Amino acid sequence: MTKAELIEALVDRIDRLTKKEAEMIVNVVLKSIADSLANGRKVELRGFGSFKVKERRAREGRNPKTGERVSVDAKRVPYFKAGKELRDRVNS
Amino acid sequence: MTKADIVEKVHNRTGFSKKESSEAVESILDILKENLEQGNKVKLSGFGNFVIRQKDVRKGRNPKTGEEMEISARRVLTFKPSQKLKDYINGKA
Repeated sequence: MTKAELIEALVDRIDRLTKKEAEMIVNVVLKSIADSLANGRKVELRGFGSFKVKERRAREGRNPKTGERVSVDAKRVPYFKAGKELRDRVNS
Repeated sequence: MTKADIVEKVHNRTGFSKKESSEAVESILDILKENLEQGNKVKLSGFGNFVIRQKDVRKGRNPKTGEEMEISARRVLTFKPSQKLKDYINGKA
């Protein structure tokens, strides 16, 4: 399923929503999650899962092609952990 | 941040009532769960992809006792963030 299909499914479910309104809602939801993570705050969605940010320290890496040493900057990586309900549903 | 905070943001930014916003947020999560449960991949451009991966049976150890045991085959959900989300979180977008 793509974002466009998610928007259509949302309109099917709540039929008073226009496609445009459904699109706006989906975008606000995704943007809120991204903003929270950008501020270093986790997002916990009961029954679904949680999004967190992991800190990766700067390290020395190598260019796998040339073997040359390169420095890799510290960065933050988003991470998702499915909640128990979703984990069980996916595995049933 | 929790679901209630997201509902609040939807309410503030779209003008839908809190009740309508809550219904929409719950519906979005239900649609995602139903698709993932069916083994469908969910691709949200600009955000990331949720993918179901099939794991084979493998041997593991009980970390407490050191006893060897079989870990059953299973389906697990993974999330691969898009480059855009990774950049955004690192203040690059």
